Amino acid sequence: MSMFRLFRRSSSAPIARERLQILLAHERGVRGQSDLLTILREEILAVIEKHVPIARENVQIKMDRGEAVSLLEIDVEVPNTAGLLLSA
Amino acid sequence: MAKVLVVTSGKGGVGKTTSTAALGAALAQSGQSVVVVDFDVGLRNLDLVMGAERRVVFDLINVVQGVAKLSQALIRDKRIETLWLLPASQTRDKDALTEDGVGRVIKELRAKFDWVICDSPAGIERGATLAMRFADAAVIVTNPEVSSVRDSDRMIGLLDSKTERAEKGQRIDKHILITRYDAARAARGEMLSIEDVLEILSTPLLGIIPESEEVLRASNLGSPVTLCNAASAPARAYLAAARRLKGEDVPMTIPNDKKGLLDKLFGRRAA
Repeated sequence: MSMFRLFRRSSSAPIARERLQILLAHERGVRGQSDLLTILREEILAVIEKHVPIARENVQIKMDRGEAVSLLEIDVEVPNTAGLLLSA
Repeated sequence: MAKVLVVTSGKGGVGKTTSTAALGAALAQSGQSVVVVDFDVGLRNLDLVMGAERRVVFDLINVVQGVAKLSQALIRDKRIETLWLLPASQTRDKDALTEDGVGRVIKELRAKFDWVICDSPAGIERGATLAMRFADAAVIVTNPEVSSVRDSDRMIGLLDSKTERAEKGQRIDKHILITRYDAARAARGEMLSIEDVLEILSTPLLGIIPESEEVLRASNLGSPVTLCNAASAPARAYLAAARRLKGEDVPMTIPNDKKGLLDKLFGRRAA
């Protein structure tokens, strides 16, 4: 039988299973308590806003939820005048 | 000139999300800029079918409520540059969607894209009525099966009365997309024929998507079927339907998957 498997495309069900497991692990977390990544995002932005006036539209946020590691990427445009305000 | 298209059906499980992803990708593959918008608040799935479920940061409700800018909530497809997704919220209630808010978001999307494709939730509640509210055209996804055809008829009635265009006395372009069509069963008289469905609904046909294992395979992999396997029967049917949406005259056919000798001998397992 294994010989015939060579002619078949690899099955997609294991990939579906893995995608769902990762997704549901995060979503079940959300129901119990807030998603860590979302809390981090809000708190990091709050800290930056405390020191620098930032326009929310100049903030690019990317998230990539993985099984072992998730990625939170926050790209903030800080105006050059912000440093002057702080040191003043 | 941007076109707002709603993909609707009334009945659940007939293929709205699959069709939204496949038509959106097909239009984007032809060079148009496309955004697919999930209106199924609380039960979003378009992100999963598009393979973007891990990258959702903000959603439609965040934008409607002004918590996030549209540019922050839009997710660009990793395979096609001109294809974008606006996900629904998974946690909030659909009452968080307001007509004014949705109207504002649709207006902003019109300015950015050639096509705004709204994936309606099943049913006729708020999410479904707001998904169609600002549409210029509608794709009614129908299975050749009695309950689906009845629900499609109901949706056609709502499209002709409850949309903004209908209230202004303007026409809304409606198209029937028949999905999960099994030519062999229809030939044996076990399934409503295309002619039966079109006669009952008296609405023009956009395409016929054959029942195929490729659709399940594509959703397993998180890829619209037109991207996952563009040569497959459902992909060819969706690509042809997308060309018809653009106004091209494409002869109506029912593509079928050509099976190789080995497949015929051993029967390929479903996805």
